[in-house]
Amino acid sequence: MERFGTTFLVAAVLTFLLGFFLQGVMPVLTLRKVPTQTLEEIAQHVTPQFEQLAVDYPGEFARHFGTVSAQLFAEALDLGRDLYIAEACWHCHSQFVRPVSNEDIRFGSVSTPHEYQNEMNLPHLFGTRRIGPDLIREAGRHSNDWQMAHLYDPRSVAPYSIMPGYVWYFDEDRRPTREALALVTYVQWLGSWEKQR
Amino acid sequence: MSESVASAAPGARLVNLELVKWHLVASAAFLAVSLVGGLAYAFQFHNLYPFEGIELLSPGRVRMVHTNMAAYGFIANAFIAGILFAIPRLTRQPILSDALGWFIFGAWQLFMVLTILGLLGGYAQAIEWGETPIFVDPLILVGLVLLVVNMSVPIFKSAETGLYVSLWYFLAAFGWTGLVYFMGNYVPQFWVPGTAGAAITGLFIHDLVGLFVTPLGWGLMYFFVPLLLRKPIWSHALSLIGFWGIAFFYPMQGVHHFLFSPIPMYAQYGAVVATIAIEAVVFTVLVNFFATLHGRSDAVRSNLAIRWFYTGMVMYGITCLQCAFQVTLTFQKIIHFTDWVVGHAHMVMFGVFGFWIFGMFVELWPRAVGHRWAHPRLLTAHYWLTFTGLTLMVIDLTAAGLVQGYLWANLAPWAESLIASAPFWWTRSLAGLIIIAGQVLFLWELWVTARGPVVGAEFAAVGEAA
Repeated sequence: MERFGTTFLVAAVLTFLLGFFLQGVMPVLTLRKVPTQTLEEIAQHVTPQFEQLAVDYPGEFARHFGTVSAQLFAEALDLGRDLYIAEACWHCHSQFVRPVSNEDIRFGSVSTPHEYQNEMNLPHLFGTRRIGPDLIREAGRHSNDWQMAHLYDPRSVAPYSIMPGYVWYFDEDRRPTREALALVTYVQWLGSWEKQR
Repeated sequence: MSESVASAAPGARLVNLELVKWHLVASAAFLAVSLVGGLAYAFQFHNLYPFEGIELLSPGRVRMVHTNMAAYGFIANAFIAGILFAIPRLTRQPILSDALGWFIFGAWQLFMVLTILGLLGGYAQAIEWGETPIFVDPLILVGLVLLVVNMSVPIFKSAETGLYVSLWYFLAAFGWTGLVYFMGNYVPQFWVPGTAGAAITGLFIHDLVGLFVTPLGWGLMYFFVPLLLRKPIWSHALSLIGFWGIAFFYPMQGVHHFLFSPIPMYAQYGAVVATIAIEAVVFTVLVNFFATLHGRSDAVRSNLAIRWFYTGMVMYGITCLQCAFQVTLTFQKIIHFTDWVVGHAHMVMFGVFGFWIFGMFVELWPRAVGHRWAHPRLLTAHYWLTFTGLTLMVIDLTAAGLVQGYLWANLAPWAESLIASAPFWWTRSLAGLIIIAGQVLFLWELWVTARGPVVGAEFAAVGEAA
C-alpha cells in the first residue's frame, strides 16, 4: 500500500506549495520592484533625535558611542532593533497604521509597502496586538528625555501605562547605558523617513 | 517502577507505553511552565508583576515562554504520545525504532529547555509562534524529520488494504510540519524583508495551527472517539470531504492575520474567502462526529475522555463560526489588535487542542503507568475548573476586545482603553487562576496515580469517571 500512503504526503506538499504561492510568493512578486534598502543606506539619514542624544546625554553618548556619524547611527539602529526584538516589544506595540478605525488621525499617515522594504525589517515587526500604541509614526513625537524616563519607569510620564520598566538598561546612577541609547535611537527612527520628504 | 505491568499490558509489543508515558510527563511539565508564565504575564497588566526588575524574567520574554511552551512543549509532546499509541495500533506495526523514539524524546525536551533559556536570555526571533531562537530552529527541524521517519515507516509497512482516516491526517501533518516550520522561521528572517515577509509570517502563524496541530488533533479524534464509543465513524464520505477540504483550503489563508496592512489587497481578499470556505468544510467534520455520538450521548456523562473530546469539538465549532465572522474586513476594523484575538487564540489552543489532550490523558495515563486513576472525582473537578476558567476567559477577552476596539476607533485618549480594560484584565487573571487550580489537581492526580497500587496486568482503562 505504499502508493496509497504516498498520496497523502504528496498531497500535503502540493497543497502547501499552492497556498505558499498564492499567499506568499505572489505578494513577493508584486513587491519585487520596490528597491530594498540596506542598513547603510538607511543610516545616511541620521535623525535629529540621534544628534540630540549626543547633546542630552553627552557623557554617556561619548562613552558608549563617540561622536555622531552615519556609521554609529547604523550601529545604534541595529542594536536598538535587536533589543526591541529580544524584549518582544513588538508583542504589545504594532508597527503599521491601517486605513480604518481613525488610525490615520490617531497615529499619522497610513502605512505603505515601500516603508518596510529594508534590512531593518528582516524580519518585519508589524505586530498583531496593541496594548500600547502603534510606534511606526513615533519619531519626534516625544523628546529623548521623555523616551528615557518612559523606558526606565513608564508611569513617571504615562500614569496609566502598564508597560514594565526596563531598569536593566540603566546603570546604578540611573544613567542610560549603550542599550538604552540604542533603544531610544531605534524608536525615534520609526517614521522619521516621513519627515525627510 | 511500573515497567513490568506496562510491558505486560495488551498490545504492549506494538505500543511502547514507556515512551508514551514519558511524552505525557513532558507534556504535563511544560504545561505547568506555560501556565506559570501566563499567570505572571497576566499580572503585569495590573502592574503587579511578580519578577519586576529582573532582566531574565522580563514580562515580554516570559510571554514568549508561555506561548512557545504551550505549542511545542505541551501540545507537541502530548500529540507525539498520541500518535505513538495510535499509529502502531492502527497499522499493527511497531514504530521504526524504539531507540530512535527515545532519542527524539530526549532531544525534543532538550530543545524545549534551550528554547526557554534562549528566550529568557534575549535570543528570541521576531516571528509570532516562531520565537524559538535561531540556533534552536535547525535542531527542531532535524527532530521533526526523525520523528516523521520513525512514525511513517509503520504506516508504509502496514499490510492493511486501505488507510484509516486518522492516518490520512497524520501523513498530511508529517508532510506539512517540516515545510511550515522551515518557511516561517527562515524565509522572513533571512530572505524576504518587510511587507512580503509579513505575508509569509502570516502563513506561518496560521499554518502552525492549521497544518501541524489541527491535522494531528483531528487524526487522534478519528482514532479515539470510535475506540471509546465502540462504534464506527458515522460517514466515510464526510470524512473524505473534511480531510480534502481542510487540506485544500487551510494552507492558503495566512494573510488574514494582516488585514488592512500594506500587503497587496488581492492576497487579503483571497485569504478572507479561503477562510470562510474552510469554516464550511470544518462543519462537515463536526456533523460527522456528532452523528457518530448519536445514540451514545450518555457517554458524555459516563466517560470523561469522551466528555473532554466533545467539549473540545463544541469549542472548535464556536471558534470556527467566530472565525468566519472575525475574518471579514468589517469585523477587523474594530477587533484587530485587541484582546478579542487573544481570547480566540486561547479558545483554539487550549479550549480545543488542550481539552482533547486532557481527554487523551484520561485514557492513556492509566494504561501508561499501569494503574487506575486514584481519584476519579478529582479528574471531574479538573474538568469543571478548566472548562469554567477557559470559558470565562474567552467571554471576558472577547468583550474586552470590543471595548478596546471601539474606544480606539472613537479616538479616546489611549489611557482610556487601559482604564476600561482593567476590570476585564482582572477577570482574565481570575479565570487563569481557576484554570491553574484545576491543573494543580490534575498534576497531583497524575503523580498519585502513577505511584498508586498495582492492579492486574490485563488491566486497560476505558476512561471511566465518577
